[in-house]
Order: sequence, then structure tokens, then C-alpha cells
Amino acid sequence: MQRNEHQESNQEEEPVPGMQQLLDNPFMLLFLGVLFPTVFYILWGIMEIISIPAVK
Amino acid sequence: MAANMFRQCPDSGLFFHKSAESLMKAHAVFGVVYLLLGGFLGLLVALTRMPSLHILNAEDFYLALSIHGTAILIFWIIFFEMAVLYFASSTLLRSRPATPGIGWVGFLLMVIGSTLVMVAFFRGNSSVMFTSYVPMPAEPIFYLGLILFAVGALIGCFIFLATLVVAKQEKTYDGSIPLVTFGALTATIIAIFTIASGAVILIPTWLWSLGFISHIDPLMYRTVWWALGHSSQQINVAAHVSIWYAIAAIIFGAKPMSEKVSRTAFLLYILFLQLASAHHILADPGVSSTWKVFNTSYAMYLAVLASMVHGLTVPGCIEVAQRKKGFNNGLFEWLKKAPWANPVFSAMFISLIIFGFIGGITGVVMGTEQINLIIHNTIFVPGHFHATVAVGTTMAFMAITYFLIPVLFRRQLIWPNACKWQPYLFGGGMLILSLFLLGAGTLGVPRRHWDINFSDAALQFQFAGTAITMMGIAGLGGFLAAMGGALFCLIAVGSLVFGKRLDPGASLFSSFGFPMAASCYNIERPGKLGLAPVEQTGDGGIQAKGTFVLALVFLAAFVVYFFINAKYLSSIWPMG
Repeated sequence: MQRNEHQESNQEEEPVPGMQQLLDNPFMLLFLGVLFPTVFYILWGIMEIISIPAVK
Repeated sequence: MAANMFRQCPDSGLFFHKSAESLMKAHAVFGVVYLLLGGFLGLLVALTRMPSLHILNAEDFYLALSIHGTAILIFWIIFFEMAVLYFASSTLLRSRPATPGIGWVGFLLMVIGSTLVMVAFFRGNSSVMFTSYVPMPAEPIFYLGLILFAVGALIGCFIFLATLVVAKQEKTYDGSIPLVTFGALTATIIAIFTIASGAVILIPTWLWSLGFISHIDPLMYRTVWWALGHSSQQINVAAHVSIWYAIAAIIFGAKPMSEKVSRTAFLLYILFLQLASAHHILADPGVSSTWKVFNTSYAMYLAVLASMVHGLTVPGCIEVAQRKKGFNNGLFEWLKKAPWANPVFSAMFISLIIFGFIGGITGVVMGTEQINLIIHNTIFVPGHFHATVAVGTTMAFMAITYFLIPVLFRRQLIWPNACKWQPYLFGGGMLILSLFLLGAGTLGVPRRHWDINFSDAALQFQFAGTAITMMGIAGLGGFLAAMGGALFCLIAVGSLVFGKRLDPGASLFSSFGFPMAASCYNIERPGKLGLAPVEQTGDGGIQAKGTFVLALVFLAAFVVYFFINAKYLSSIWPMG
């Protein structure tokens, strides 16, 4: 919020670090943010529940 | 020629788009309505759980508890979070909001959905509480209402993402999005996962309530439902941490100590925070310890690490800003000279301290599989989440509301003295409530129980006098907190209606979502948001010495409390 209104942005072109590219990509973050809990919490949890033997 | 759609607040310098500010106001006002309703019923719940008062009968108690939980944990929080998303995207990026018309459709769905849920509650056949565990049935309109509300919130999330795209395409800012917007993005991502999980479990449950599905497996329901129930509270964490950063910047002109570190901490939230939902399943026999320990320990600890990073960097950046202003004496002059009479700061700082010291530490204790056994399903759990949600999130939202009433609504706050005291009344009451619920829970008092004296039960049980006393003191804390919450609602609504207009165009209707007078919007397109200043690296020493000491105190409290609980576990369940 406290950004410098008049700061020049004509710095020399440098390659953007990979981590910054990731953090600047909201849709990649969305993909990861849905993938991790879906795999580790929901799918893994459901697989454990459905593998419980049914009562005979 | 394009119409002028923006106005600039003369006090804050922020730019508000006509459509976005109407959406912010409407969502925030509706959120406060649910805070008022949920808070009032929370008072009745607290007074019923005081053994000496016990004011409601069982049926009314479960109705009040159901409405209190749902109105506060879902409706107040998510309505307000939608307002935060419009603020963090349109206002902070100086961009027009994407598809504001569809934003109103989302808002309408949230209003209709939440109303249907309340109708179901008040008809008396859906007192299934916030968790609505199957096979306990609610009326179909209860589930339908939740689904409609979730769809509306999902629309708000996608409009936030679309606004990021619009802002980038129209080059309204240079470089990366601001840190506060990045925090809101984190909240949005967690919200999308949360709502998708809710759809996965609530749509079949709705069909079950209509008779189209014969059976919902209770463990399956609990596991998937908690991806909704707990993750919805993780949206709060990301949102209120963003507000901490925003208020540090607003009040002190503070800049993040390290953008990289803070953004990486938000990334840890995105990846791991939702996995903490598993701590609700720690006592369930159907899933393995491997699943439980991975989710609640390895993964959750990475999210806890992120919270500790934020807990260090937010006060740290305030300290650095204060020291630059000359408050350099000793370790804590920067904190003593902070504006404690300004509710924007005091509410935010109380939120930060109680969230970390009480909510954070007890959350880790609850997330440890072994220790969880001594407090699972006890009133320790509400003790924990009143520290995280009622103080951490709600007080952060109260803090930003005190800022937004003059800036967004263009009304002066009424009752300035009451504004100074309200955060202490609410925060103090909630602190008492949380601490004594934690204590009573450690002594085994169950959560959600109408009568711990078991006066009409076939099997009698007598809790220790200490536990009964703690429940009584917790009730007093709840009463104080309810008074503080009611005072906040009075100040907020009273300011919108009776507060002095700071802009002639700020009509009564504009306080509730209608645009201000057309003459207020005199800017076609705000100037571009420039790059953030380059970080000051300092002289190589510790710049925030006081915060570092506070962090050490926090870690000591963390270690001591963890081992006290481990010792307690060993005494009630001896080995060998």
C-alpha cells in the first residue's frame, strides 16, 4: 500500500527468479493449493476409508 | 470517452471504484448483521453453559448453538472476507473489478443461501449444529442454503482472480501484486478448495435429505466435511494476517521486513494449511496413524511455521517503523508509544497476540495425535477456536472496519471514547472465555453439552469443583465479550446511520451498498501503482530486538505448555 508513486522502473533487465515466477502466477498457486490438500487429505483419506473391510 | 468511475479518499489516498465499493459495503454490512445475530445467540450459549445460570432448555440450547456456530463461523466471516477480496483486488491494485454484475449475483446467492439456512434453523427441525454430522438430519433447505451460499462465495473468489487478470492486462501496477493482495490471493485459493470440498459432501447430503440417496457413511462425511469446516477457518487466517500487514502499513507506514519471507510464508499456507483439517479425525479409528501424523504433524507444522513467521514479521515491521521515528529506548519503547487508544491498532495487536499465544499454541497441542486424546471433543476445542476465530479473525476484521468506516463509507465514527475501549472489552472477555474453556476442557468438560451436571441423566457423573468454577468464569468472559461485540455493532451501524458525513455525497443509502453521489466519482483512471521501495537491509544487526525477545517468550511458553500436556497425558495414561 505504501508504494513509491514515482519510483523509476527502468532498472536493468534481469532474469526473474523461478520462485518469484511461481509467486507471481496466481493460477499455478491455485493449482498447487488445490492439488496438495486434495491428494494428501481427501484422496488419501477416502482411500483408507474405502479399504476398510465391510462387515459380513 | 469512458465515464469517471473512481474516487480518491482524501484521508488515505486510496482509490475506490464505484462498483467495487458498493460490493464491499453490501458484503460488510451483511456480515455485521450475522455477527450481531450470532453474537447474541453466543451470549445465550455462554450463559447456559454457566452451571449456576443454565438459562436455556436443551432444545433451545442446541438451536442457539447451531445458529451461533453457523452465523459466526460461516456467514459473518465469509461475507466480510468477500468485502476484503474486493478491497484487496480493486482498491489496492487501482483496478476496475471484473464483472461487477456477476458479483451482485454472487452476493444475492449468499444472501438467499444464508437466509434459507436461518429459516431452516428457526423452523426448529435443523438444530444439527455447525458440523451437521450425518446421520443427524436437517431439512433439505438447510443443505440447499449452504450450497447456494457456497456458490455465491465461489463467484466472489473467481471475480477476485479475474480482477487480478484485469489489473495485470490493463497495467494498473508495476512488479508483483502488493503483499496484502498476495495474502488475499492465499485466502482465495484456500476458499476455492474449501468450497469445492463442501460441494463434494453437501450435494450428496442434500440428496440424502431429499430421499434420493439411502445412506451417507458417517466417517466419509466427517473426513470430507472437515475439509470444508476447518479449511473455512484457514481462509480466515490468511485474510486476517493480510489485514495485520495492511494495518501495520496504514498506521505506521511499516514495510514488510522481507517481502520474500512473508510471501514464502503465505506459500506454505497455500500448500499445507488445509491439511490441518485432519486433527478433527485424530480420534477416529477408520484412518491410519500415518495419514493422521503426516497431515497434522509434518504438514501442519509447516503451516504453523508460516504463522510464526507472520507473528514475527508483523510486529517486527512495526518495531522497525517505530524505531525510525525515534522510539529507540530499551526493548519496548516502540510498543509503549504505539497508539493504544486507536482501535484500528489496538484491535489488530490484540488479535495478533491472542491468536499466536493462545490460539497458535493450543492448536499445535491439539494437532499432536497423542496429546489430542486428552482434550478431543472437550470444551478445550471451543477454547482454542475462540482464540483463533473470535479474537484472531474477528478482531482483525473489527480493526479494519474502524479504518474503513471513514475511508470507504465516508462517515465519522460515533462515540470516540467507546471506540477506544471496545477492543479491550471484547478482547479481554474473549481472553477470559478462551483460557477458562481451555482449563475446563483439560479437566474433561465436554463441548456441545447442554448440562454437565447431568441432572436428568440415568447415569450420574460429577465433575471436579474446579471444572465447574472454570465454566462459571468462562461464562462471565463470554458475557463481557458479548457486550464488547454488541458495542462494536452499535458503533458500526450507528456510524453508518448517524455518523457525520465526511463527504456530502455519502448518503444514508450509500452506507448500505448504493453508490455515493455521481459527483464523488471524478477520476477516470487512477495513476499506476509504482514499484515497492527497495528493502532496507539495515546494518546487519537485529533491527527488531523487542520483537525478537517477544518471540523467545512465545517459544518458551510453547515448549512449557507442550510438555505440561505431555506430562498430564503420562499421568492419566501411565505406561509400563
